[in-house]
Amino acid sequence: MKTRLLLDRRQFLKVGAAAGGGLLITSWLGCRGSGGGGDGMPPEFDLEAFIRIEADGSVTIMAQNPEVGQGVKTELPMLIADELDVAWKDVTVEQADLNTEHYHRQVAGGSTSTPTQWLPMRRVGAAGRAVLVSAAAATWGVPTAEIETSAGVAHHQASGRSLTYGELAAKAASMPTPDPESVPLKDPADFRIIGTPIAGVDNPSIVTGKPLYGIDVVRPGMLYAVFEKCPVFGGEVKTANLDEIRSEPGVRHVFVVEGGDNLSGLLGGVAVVADSWWLAHSARKKLRVTWDEGSTASQSTDGFARKASELFANAPEQALRDDGDVESALQSVRRKVEAEYAYPFIAHAPLEPQNCTAHYQDGKLELWAPTQTPAGGRQLVAETLGMSQGDITLHLTRAGGGFGRRLSNDYLVEAARIAKEVGVPVKLLWSREDCMHHDFYRPAGFHRLEGGVDAAGRLVAWRDHFVSLGRGGRFAPSAGISSDEFPAGYVPGFSLGASLIPCGVPTGALRAPGSNALAFVFQSFIDELAHAAGKDPVLFRLDLLAARSGETRLDAGRMKAVLEMVAARADWGANARLPDGTGKGVAFHFSHRGYFAEVVQARVSRAGKVAVEKVWVVGDIGRQVINPLNAENNAQGGVMDGLSQALGQEITISGGRTRQGNFDAYPLLRHRDRPEVDIHFLVTENSPTGLGEPALPPVIPALCNAIFAVTGKRIRSLPISKHDLSPS
Amino acid sequence: MPVTFKVNGNPVTLDVPSDMPLLWALRDALDLKGTKFGCGIAMCGACTVHLDGKPTRSCVTPVSSVEGRAVVTIEGLSLDGSHPLQRVWREMDVPQCGYCQAGQLMTASALLATNPRPTDEEIDEAMNGNLCRCGTYLRIHAGIHEAARRMAAASEAGGADAPTRAGASAGMEERP
Repeated sequence: MKTRLLLDRRQFLKVGAAAGGGLLITSWLGCRGSGGGGDGMPPEFDLEAFIRIEADGSVTIMAQNPEVGQGVKTELPMLIADELDVAWKDVTVEQADLNTEHYHRQVAGGSTSTPTQWLPMRRVGAAGRAVLVSAAAATWGVPTAEIETSAGVAHHQASGRSLTYGELAAKAASMPTPDPESVPLKDPADFRIIGTPIAGVDNPSIVTGKPLYGIDVVRPGMLYAVFEKCPVFGGEVKTANLDEIRSEPGVRHVFVVEGGDNLSGLLGGVAVVADSWWLAHSARKKLRVTWDEGSTASQSTDGFARKASELFANAPEQALRDDGDVESALQSVRRKVEAEYAYPFIAHAPLEPQNCTAHYQDGKLELWAPTQTPAGGRQLVAETLGMSQGDITLHLTRAGGGFGRRLSNDYLVEAARIAKEVGVPVKLLWSREDCMHHDFYRPAGFHRLEGGVDAAGRLVAWRDHFVSLGRGGRFAPSAGISSDEFPAGYVPGFSLGASLIPCGVPTGALRAPGSNALAFVFQSFIDELAHAAGKDPVLFRLDLLAARSGETRLDAGRMKAVLEMVAARADWGANARLPDGTGKGVAFHFSHRGYFAEVVQARVSRAGKVAVEKVWVVGDIGRQVINPLNAENNAQGGVMDGLSQALGQEITISGGRTRQGNFDAYPLLRHRDRPEVDIHFLVTENSPTGLGEPALPPVIPALCNAIFAVTGKRIRSLPISKHDLSPS
Repeated sequence: MPVTFKVNGNPVTLDVPSDMPLLWALRDALDLKGTKFGCGIAMCGACTVHLDGKPTRSCVTPVSSVEGRAVVTIEGLSLDGSHPLQRVWREMDVPQCGYCQAGQLMTASALLATNPRPTDEEIDEAMNGNLCRCGTYLRIHAGIHEAARRMAAASEAGGADAPTRAGASAGMEERP
């Protein structure tokens, strides 16, 4: 180690020499208890680096966060490369493994990579550039201030001298790490990579079928595992015909795994390990297990709906927010609207089924997995197997989709447990039915709403009784609501309360958690109130945004700007000229730091079939779209995902088990269903924020509002496919 | 019973259970990982390969049924990733997670092989069985049109950009 540089309060940089004489820039985290080198010296690193520059000028940049299709494996290295001032064509990107000593927050979730890494990644690159400049200055005996860089070359204009980064790398490795205060970041006008369209770094491998994903991992002597869990969540094995299965072709191990109480940890089941996945899967079909199904076996989605109706008859169990006097406000309104809304459980269904390859040997465990939260996964495995985290290595593979499913690491702990039993490398792979039956579903929810507009057509009263899932006053995972959720803070008489239904069905975050459901409910009900007020839905919303009356995080100015722009781009004023059977709906939503307003144009046939023709999206994610090529793709994906949820996705539970097993019963949006999508990012003077989530929520209510515009039928429960939209 | 067939131009003989789907024979017996498992019931198209030139769901195709036939996988779509669809997919940045894209490319390339200038409706019809959970359908659709345009232009110019197919006769020069 030479010297170190503070990146943020927890993260330091180190400049050193790479094997072979190049430059290596690594980082380490100074947090306590990280297993690092204490508060003085960092541990030695050879392989883990942010930046490696070889003598031949080749540049390798490590991508620290898990890639699940959001484009972060390209985006974060772009930030480093631009500040380092190298040409993107000279950069090779490598995926980092989990390393909590080097990397801060190796997470894919919550649209957080951009807002949390925007400055730290740039500082890494800028520090790299600074040491190369120092090396050039020392070589030439000139002040650093006289040195310029471009595309991997340092220049001294006065003397006409130039050296490539490759030529400077060895010397740079002996330079002191620069003072963080003196490392300048580029003026955005000087960005050469940030803000330019950069294709995904894995595209060449993807289009030629190279192994990239967790499911593609192969280890010498590897066996293949399947794991049968109780179809009722949390059930345990009573008996199983293990001896019979043992004699099936290719089967090497069959054993019962005892589970714990943690629904997102290791659950009970039977592991079948064989010479190939097909043999393991085939043997499993002959498995006969009797289960102790437990108390969840009595639960069902119908039962939850009945319970919600009962709870609506009473006052909410808990008050979450009260502004003004909603009761008297509701009594004095000109028009009052009451409605009940509901949305179902839905599954994540990433296309790559859950999998993890594990090898347990001599008290050490090596894992290869597609996970959005590798540090959480390692911790879960360590706690469950009674291991030290330091004895577990976790390699990050590209993930065939995440959508929040891989925030949970149940499949890692299953693979680890099986590997510990069999002692050779083993790849656990779930079937599609396993994935559908054992998800952490977007929680179902129910809202009883009352709202009212005054004589001037303004929204003055709003009461929501939210019936959600949970127990003992605590919401189930991702089943909660912020007391700040719009229109909170914009209605003088406002009340939000909640009641909870105990639920044994595991729930979790699904892309734009909370928002993917709440935007549907609130932006649809706001539409109802706009119609009750006799006002145009865009104007009604603009009036609402102008009437802030209480505390809220939502910046009305930013939302107003995207709403006005999307109305203009969608030619909202010309709605009356749309052909018969076609209509537009509008909605906006603030989530994950992003402001999005969207318009959907939909056609409803005489038979009641919905076709989404076009979607206009205007988003404000701050002053810099880092990779416009990927941003457009990601936002299009959010739109398609939201439409898919709205149109057809629903998980039903009966007997405590999931009734849908595959894509025949759980229809996803298909090629023919795609609308045209117009995407525009409104650049504002705000720090750059993420895009994985916030483009999704508004499209659902915008579609439902468009269907109302065509049919006069209000969609108050999802999916839309359950409604008869033919003229009646 | 051993089964013999051609994969990307190479003859292979496998001794695997006769009911093993071609998907698992490719992935686990032949270590060709490009063909993907998504559903196992021919509902998602991630496992699409060419069987005697026709797009086929390998997850429901018993390996015993391909005896004597020719299979082309994504690894054999071109020798070096130079099929116009592969080029366009890279340049237009079609993939998000990328998991479905091998299947999309195999279905799209089979379409273009028989219909060099498909209409929007013909693309819809051909591609509707291939799910993309990330929702890259707009770029897939535009990418097929763009590849078709390039192939037509190359064909007019004398075939310089025409795809080279490993599956035809050349054999696999690169194996993963």
